[in-house]
Amino acid sequence: MSRIFWCLFFTAWPIVAIVVCAITPAMDWGFPGNREAATPLGQRIDDLFYLILGIVTVAFIGTMAALSYVLIKASKNKDEKAWFSHGSHNLEVIWTIVPAGVLLFIALYQLDVWAIYRVRDYENRDADPRPLHLVAEVTARQFEWRIRYPAPGTRFTSYEQVKDWLAKPHAGDVYAVNRLLVPLNRETLIYLKSGDVQHSFFVPDLRVKQDAMPGQSIDIWFTVNRAGTFDLTCAELCGWGHYKMRGEVEALEVKELESRLRELKQLQDYDGFTPPGTAAASGEVTR
Amino acid sequence: MNTLDATHDHHELTFVKKYVFSTDHKMIGIQFLFTTLVMLLLGGALALGVRWQLAWPWQNMPIFGGHFASEGGQISPEFYTMLFTMHATVMIFLVVIPILAGAFGNFLIPLMIGADDMAFPTLNMLSYWFMWPAIFFFGLSFYFGGAAAGWTSYPLLSSMAEAAPGSGTSQTMWLLAVTCVGVSSMMGSVNYMTTIINMRAPGMTLFRMPLTIWSMFITAILQAFALPVLTAAGFLMLFDRAAFGGALEGIHTSFFVPSGIIINNAEPTVGGGQPLLWQHLFWFYSHPAVYIMLLPAMGMVSDMLAAMCRKPIFGYKPMAYSMAAIAGLGFIVWGHHMFTSGMNPALGMTFMTSTVMIALPSAIKTFNWIGTIWGGKIRFNTVTLNCIAFVSQFIVGGLSGIFMAAVPVDIYIHDTYFIVAHFHYVLFGSTLFGIFGAIPFWFPKMFGRMMNERLGRIHFFLTFVGFNGTFFPMHMLGVAGMPRRYADPYIHPYLEHLMPMNQFMTVCAIIMGLAQLIFIYNFISSIFRGPKSGRNPWNANGLEWSAPSPPPHGNFETVPIVYRGPYEYSSPLVEGRDFLMQTEYLPPPPDPDPDAGPEDDT
Repeated sequence: MSRIFWCLFFTAWPIVAIVVCAITPAMDWGFPGNREAATPLGQRIDDLFYLILGIVTVAFIGTMAALSYVLIKASKNKDEKAWFSHGSHNLEVIWTIVPAGVLLFIALYQLDVWAIYRVRDYENRDADPRPLHLVAEVTARQFEWRIRYPAPGTRFTSYEQVKDWLAKPHAGDVYAVNRLLVPLNRETLIYLKSGDVQHSFFVPDLRVKQDAMPGQSIDIWFTVNRAGTFDLTCAELCGWGHYKMRGEVEALEVKELESRLRELKQLQDYDGFTPPGTAAASGEVTR
Repeated sequence: MNTLDATHDHHELTFVKKYVFSTDHKMIGIQFLFTTLVMLLLGGALALGVRWQLAWPWQNMPIFGGHFASEGGQISPEFYTMLFTMHATVMIFLVVIPILAGAFGNFLIPLMIGADDMAFPTLNMLSYWFMWPAIFFFGLSFYFGGAAAGWTSYPLLSSMAEAAPGSGTSQTMWLLAVTCVGVSSMMGSVNYMTTIINMRAPGMTLFRMPLTIWSMFITAILQAFALPVLTAAGFLMLFDRAAFGGALEGIHTSFFVPSGIIINNAEPTVGGGQPLLWQHLFWFYSHPAVYIMLLPAMGMVSDMLAAMCRKPIFGYKPMAYSMAAIAGLGFIVWGHHMFTSGMNPALGMTFMTSTVMIALPSAIKTFNWIGTIWGGKIRFNTVTLNCIAFVSQFIVGGLSGIFMAAVPVDIYIHDTYFIVAHFHYVLFGSTLFGIFGAIPFWFPKMFGRMMNERLGRIHFFLTFVGFNGTFFPMHMLGVAGMPRRYADPYIHPYLEHLMPMNQFMTVCAIIMGLAQLIFIYNFISSIFRGPKSGRNPWNANGLEWSAPSPPPHGNFETVPIVYRGPYEYSSPLVEGRDFLMQTEYLPPPPDPDPDAGPEDDT
């Protein structure tokens, strides 16, 4: 009696697990908003996720079915003695080579995504036009995101200029907190810093995550292809207020982004009594 | 036993020598077992606090709340960070590592290889008693508010006292405690290696050792080579902190502290340290530590499964080799904890490849366990159920590991609940179920009595259901992007809808927590009232079952002689029974035709 119960028990739970996984999309337990990523690279990460999910599901069903089968057989074994076997060389070879092949495939298949994500052009950065797409410098602090944009309309023409801009504050820089504006459908480059302890820049909808290391400036690049506002969270324990380090990333058309930055700049330069719109109010030095 | 009587003869030991400062490996093992089980309850209670906050954030915690948390039982954010930090710390350093290596390693190694004790009995005693300074320092850490930088203690959160409420004295105490645990483990590992290499009974060749001994041997090697790195890193951080209470004031090194950092309006830091260095050093130990926390359970489950299925282990040598492969690869995969850390991205590819490859020996082991059950005559009892649970939960934990081995996918799921799900499936789903199987299996050898079977099954059922109800949905939370270590995830709009799921998980966790009370009751009452067992209640083959239950000082009446491997179940060589002990001498079968063979006199 208990024999049958336990055989059923160990057969039933993987089935329950698979059913739970199957209803996940319907219950909105999957990726944020049950939507695909809002960056091309994120979509490739999703594809990779689903590919691995497929492989893993086959392996899960296979091993669990085998486990249930041998359990039921072993519990019904009416022979005087169990099968006296120390193993099978052929089986060992098969179940070494087959998983090795699958694992090697997974390992090689994903290299390309990682290369695009982080490695390509990492070595020859000086010749890379990418830094010229610089959008902002983000400094994580307990417990907020401080954002510094170059003065509206700035165009970097060499990596030297970028480095110079990153090294120190410049007149005309635009400052903001917790709301990062990025261009839509255009490569965005962000330099990530930490002002105190370690943080991590995590935008689930974009599938972007990068730790902010004290003492380092780390570049992140992505291209947002869906307009909208996305939640920005901290993914590395940074103290008691870790959970409330909430920010937003807003993707805008390039033109709109420019005008929003100018607006921010005006707001920043407003001294409280000069009528807005005059030369003094925009912060430009007139002499 | 009247050990305190003044008339004892000189072989009798005093109470203190016998039960407290004992040098007998069995008593030390049992001391480790009791200590770690108490710590298991403490760690579990801390976890329930974490679960409470995630299900009903900022609500007053019932029962415990009034005593620990402030404001009538409401968990504050800093208390919450302390809860999960200390939960992990207690579970890893005071439960899983010492219960496997300390309790079972100590108890089983000499018995299973036919030795009368460990090679260095006094060192062995010290390895237990060095746990107590560790427990004392962890206690002090609690007293000062509790370390709250996560069990990984990444700087600068952990190295600057201003960074968080828990980063002051309590963090210093935490580091000292971890150092003491390291000293304790190191003493154990030196002892295990020496004992296994030098003190095996006659005939116990390396490939006649039970897989438990193989796993303990490999674990000891892992510890010996990985631990010094953590100890060194801990000292570096202590020097950075310079918080020894004045004596070393002014050291203030900067191994992990970069210059120009201003934390909570403290003075800017000086010195060109690198916080990434800590991560490398920490994970160089802590990744092998994952296998230190898993391999002994794998070995013990192999032994138990063979005994319960009445069948030789399937593929003995592949099992031993794959454990060695896991240990070897385990040293070159630490970077997979750091894919998002900002280390050189090219390293990501190297670590990814080695990480994917470590799944291979794990897969081989899984297939061999299934092969062991295949064609067996299985007995369903508490031991078997827990062993099958070990295998099936290890499959989940192993497969979910493939997601995070894939670097691009790991970018997304790193530091989300997917990771939490994964390592609980390995550490709880595998290791702890292995332990829940090993305790009733070797309980008769420890105490001479059996544990209650009905209570064992009820405990298993509730734990298994509660475990999966708690941890399986964590995979979904992770894919939904819920980060770890959040006191209140629901202030983020994209996580709001996950609250009911978290409440379901917490209910399951409470059920699982309550089920442990059944286990504790069963464990304690069986020590006194369990049915007495003979030497070999499971009809198993190992050397330990040829000794009396419980074995006396010195273990064996005579030096055991080993004639075969430990897995000769259902051997056709013997009639009427399905086990053939390692110590049993069988006369060689008569040569059927002495004249037929080729002439062989050189």
